[in-house]
Amino acid sequence: MGLKMGLEEKIPSGFLLTTVEKLAGYMRKNSLWPATFGLACCAIEMMAVGSAAKYDISRFGMEVFRASPRQADLMIVAGRVSNKMAPVLRQIYDQMSAPKWVLAMGACASSGGMFNNYAIVQGVDHVVPVDIYLPGCPPRPEMLMDAILKLHEKINVEKLGSNRAQVIQEVELAAMNATPTHQMKGLLA
Amino acid sequence: MSTVDPYAPSRETTEGTVFSVTGGDWDSLVQEIGATKEERVVVNMGPQHPSTHGVLRLVLELEGETVTEVRCGVGYLHTGIEKNMEYRSWTQGTTFVTRMDYLGPIFNETAYCLAIEKLLGITHDVPERASVIRVMMMELNRISSHMVALGTGALELGAITPMFFAFREREIVLDLFEMISGLRMNMAYIRPGGVQQDLPTGAIPKIRDAVAQMRKNFKDNSTLLVGNAIWLKRTQGIGYLDLAGATTLGITGPVLRSTGLPWDLRKTQPYCGYENYDFDVITADTCDVYGRFLIRMNELEQSLRIIEQALDKLEKLEGAPVMVLDKKIAWPAQLALGSDGLGNSLNHIRQIMGTSMESLIHHFKLVTEGFHVPAGQVYQGIESARGELGAHVVSDGGTKPYRMHFREPSFNNLQSTAAMSEGGMIADIIAAVASIDPVMGGVDR
Amino acid sequence: MFGAHGTGDTSGYGGLLRTVASAGSSERPYGGYFDDLADDLERAYPGFSGAIERVVVDRGELTLHVKCEKLVEVALILRDVLKFEMCMGVSGVHYPDNLGRELVAVYPLLSMSNNRRIRLEVSVSDSDAHIPSLVEVWAGNNWHERETFDMFGIIFDGHPGLTRILMPDDWAGHPQRKDYALGGVPIEYKGATVPAPDNRRSYT
Repeated sequence: MGLKMGLEEKIPSGFLLTTVEKLAGYMRKNSLWPATFGLACCAIEMMAVGSAAKYDISRFGMEVFRASPRQADLMIVAGRVSNKMAPVLRQIYDQMSAPKWVLAMGACASSGGMFNNYAIVQGVDHVVPVDIYLPGCPPRPEMLMDAILKLHEKINVEKLGSNRAQVIQEVELAAMNATPTHQMKGLLA
Repeated sequence: MSTVDPYAPSRETTEGTVFSVTGGDWDSLVQEIGATKEERVVVNMGPQHPSTHGVLRLVLELEGETVTEVRCGVGYLHTGIEKNMEYRSWTQGTTFVTRMDYLGPIFNETAYCLAIEKLLGITHDVPERASVIRVMMMELNRISSHMVALGTGALELGAITPMFFAFREREIVLDLFEMISGLRMNMAYIRPGGVQQDLPTGAIPKIRDAVAQMRKNFKDNSTLLVGNAIWLKRTQGIGYLDLAGATTLGITGPVLRSTGLPWDLRKTQPYCGYENYDFDVITADTCDVYGRFLIRMNELEQSLRIIEQALDKLEKLEGAPVMVLDKKIAWPAQLALGSDGLGNSLNHIRQIMGTSMESLIHHFKLVTEGFHVPAGQVYQGIESARGELGAHVVSDGGTKPYRMHFREPSFNNLQSTAAMSEGGMIADIIAAVASIDPVMGGVDR
Repeated sequence: MFGAHGTGDTSGYGGLLRTVASAGSSERPYGGYFDDLADDLERAYPGFSGAIERVVVDRGELTLHVKCEKLVEVALILRDVLKFEMCMGVSGVHYPDNLGRELVAVYPLLSMSNNRRIRLEVSVSDSDAHIPSLVEVWAGNNWHERETFDMFGIIFDGHPGLTRILMPDDWAGHPQRKDYALGGVPIEYKGATVPAPDNRRSYT
């Protein structure tokens, strides 16, 4: 865990940083521990990924779903988040130790899904920053594994320190220069 | 203590000292609680807890390890489904109800559709093949639901292996669901007036194989748990609730049958033609967690029996319709799925687009607006995996429900947590809650 | 044949205002076991005609419309004499146009001894939405009454702890009433702008 936690404060700079990045990314991606945050239908599919022999997430070293957020670094928000649950969700996210990632599993967690009403938060990104969105209602277990593997790739190349600040700046610039949604024509163009 | 513990800060209230534990050093907390010289501790458990069956919150009052009071906090998964359905057509409603109790989607859909059919007055017009398919799907669903109940129940009591076996069996059922309806969960397969589509070709032999496979597999879990000394110690005499308590609390399903009363709506108030099937109502007389566990284990075999009888009936009804013949109600469902995965056959499209303007209008109106349901209200109860699932439907004569209310067995049965666990040990609450098998999606809707 | 009445709006954002014609009372014979049941009830409960406003038999189901103040009396007779051991909860219905009787509580009862079902209906006005609690009669009604209070604002007098159950404690309004909007955010796919998360609808 030494390389996983508290790394950001002690990192070097320059070309040594790139080496550390590679090492840290490799280690972080291969020791991802998900927190159990089962809410609704998606949680059952998440359990299937964890315990059905057919899917068997232990192939990726992640079969140990941690009940305590302190021991987890990936939060899989599996299901619809109600207004009553949102503060609890945020508290659990705050209890997780950095670096941490959030996977919004399913349509409800990603956007509110079909429940566009008084009770449901329209997307968990209102409450916590989301790293990867997984569509589906509920997504198949294979889709969850695919999303986790995609997140692995993302973690693998994640930048640190000054490099990370630079990446964030670039992403923000790209977002500002992107075509606004209302100017997009889609297939009508 | 002189220094403030960052992980367990405390503050004084009129009720006594309140500690906010956020993880970290438990030693200092234990020290501080020991210094208060009070045995009574109120502990919050959940809503995010690995053993509370989803987002259930329990507020426990403890004297040492003995529970003196339990209060349940629910609503953390309230989805507003009942309200949302008032804004959608009757057919669209199936996609909402299927997501309520997500372990028993077929039960939700069937209760809802039977209620609508009662309102429409077409209960007897539903084709027999559709009813038989409904029964078969419900029993398959009962197996998959009981499997999660058994697997997670065992997991919560510390037994991991039963969970693997249970999910292996559940996957067999989900594969069948996927073959029949296209989806593993939340199928919206049962529709008002029938079912969404007929069984695919070759389905019956595949289901027969699966039934044989499951019958063999079920033994794995029963050898592991039935009579297992540790399992008995954790479950026997735990979570006691007798018939008088169950009746006044309105408890139904396996929890009621564990008191020895053979009350099963499939036998007493049959629907979907359950009177034509030969099966037993399983009971136990121990009123405890072990009895409920045995009931679920034995109901699996009864479900397999019903499925086999349904398959025999389906073979005789090959080619019969699966949707009411009244075109004013029947969703255009009797269409072959094309190889491109699209619903309508080209011939059908050619017909409605090219030859009959009325068909096109009819199709359009039926799909966009839906059918009208005469004004009135009905209540339809069915025996879901957890007890009586009742649908109270009010119509104002329009194309949308005026009011939908579901009497969810999970919601009602969860009320018995206090009766079952007060006076017992804290660890036994987990066993009691697991034996009720509440599904929070159903509790909160 | 399909006759769209009103706006024909299916999105739900146009607001829903619908009137409901309530079913008239039924005449004897009711058919099935309903006549026996009504006879038994009249025999066991002398105040029958004063307490029961209407008897409705519709689609094979019997509904008794009970006067609000007599509800507990009728419930006790039904439980103890007619053996309706179980109450299957409470379902609230809101009829905003039915002035003076806007809020309705529906109690489906089940008799396991006689394998019968019956339904009680109680209506109250919105301005004075008080119904006596049946928790003393059927303890299982506890959560159901809390839910109906939460969703419709019907106050059940005598309930041991009438608090919100599904919505957060500090929620304003009763969401499943007809005058409460569905909520949510309007969705547009073309020409829509998506504001940043901190500028979106706030959840208070």
